[in-house]
Amino acid sequence: MNGIEHLPPWAAALTALLVFAGAVVTLVGSLGLLRFGTFYERVHAPTLGTTLGTVFVAAASIVCFSVLQSRPVLHEILIIGLGVVTTPIALTVLVGAARFRDTAEQSAQAHGPEGD
Amino acid sequence: MTRFLPFPRVSFCLLALWLLLNQAVTIGHVLLGCVIALVGGRFLTVLELPSTRVRRPGVLLRLLGLVAIDIIRSNLAVGRIILGFGRRQRKSGFVNIPLDMRNPYGLAMLACIITSTPGTLWVNFDAEKGLLMIHVLDLVDEAEWIRSIKQRYERHLLEIFE
Repeated sequence: MNGIEHLPPWAAALTALLVFAGAVVTLVGSLGLLRFGTFYERVHAPTLGTTLGTVFVAAASIVCFSVLQSRPVLHEILIIGLGVVTTPIALTVLVGAARFRDTAEQSAQAHGPEGD
Repeated sequence: MTRFLPFPRVSFCLLALWLLLNQAVTIGHVLLGCVIALVGGRFLTVLELPSTRVRRPGVLLRLLGLVAIDIIRSNLAVGRIILGFGRRQRKSGFVNIPLDMRNPYGLAMLACIITSTPGTLWVNFDAEKGLLMIHVLDLVDEAEWIRSIKQRYERHLLEIFE
């Protein structure tokens, strides 16, 4: 489309390697979402994709398009930066909701079976 | 600082963000970016944020390097747990950490660090007692976690923000 065939072999190989690494890390994270048992454990797994997975894919994009356009293409850094800054908000809200539910259930159990 | 630039650093970051997004440093984009930076800075005054000073940017850079290494290391560790290597009885649980940090920006940054590091999760911060609760995926030694969070991150953040 925009001359992907003009990419020199070393850049193509590096891009492929980075994309593959990012995909593997994200896949492992998603697998963890499937394999872990409790909610609190499950929340840990996707952070693999949001950190190292994103970094790898963004790095691949930087390499590919910087070489193709013969100038530094760096706006992918924003994806990493904004991702790191915003994920804690979503995760903290999720975990807060889970904790609220847990404490509500515990107090319901403490008050006897009618609170079920 | 002044009426026009209440948050100079934020305004500068907005300008840099605009130029990065447009991938062009032309006069038109610089002017547009300046307008956005000024308006964005003015909007922030509505929120009445507590002011702070970032001291010792060198420490900040060192902390970021440390966090980058930790993120890579814990990515590998959590990946290994998920794939089931290193069979041993794994136990996850909550750890309560007494913090000395009270600065909201420092706490926000600590939240980013802890959440970005796979294997640890910010659960709750009790502002009255100064008690931070985190969830750890692979909990071996509770005291070790308290020590490492305080030594590796909080010490640096205290230097930067307080």
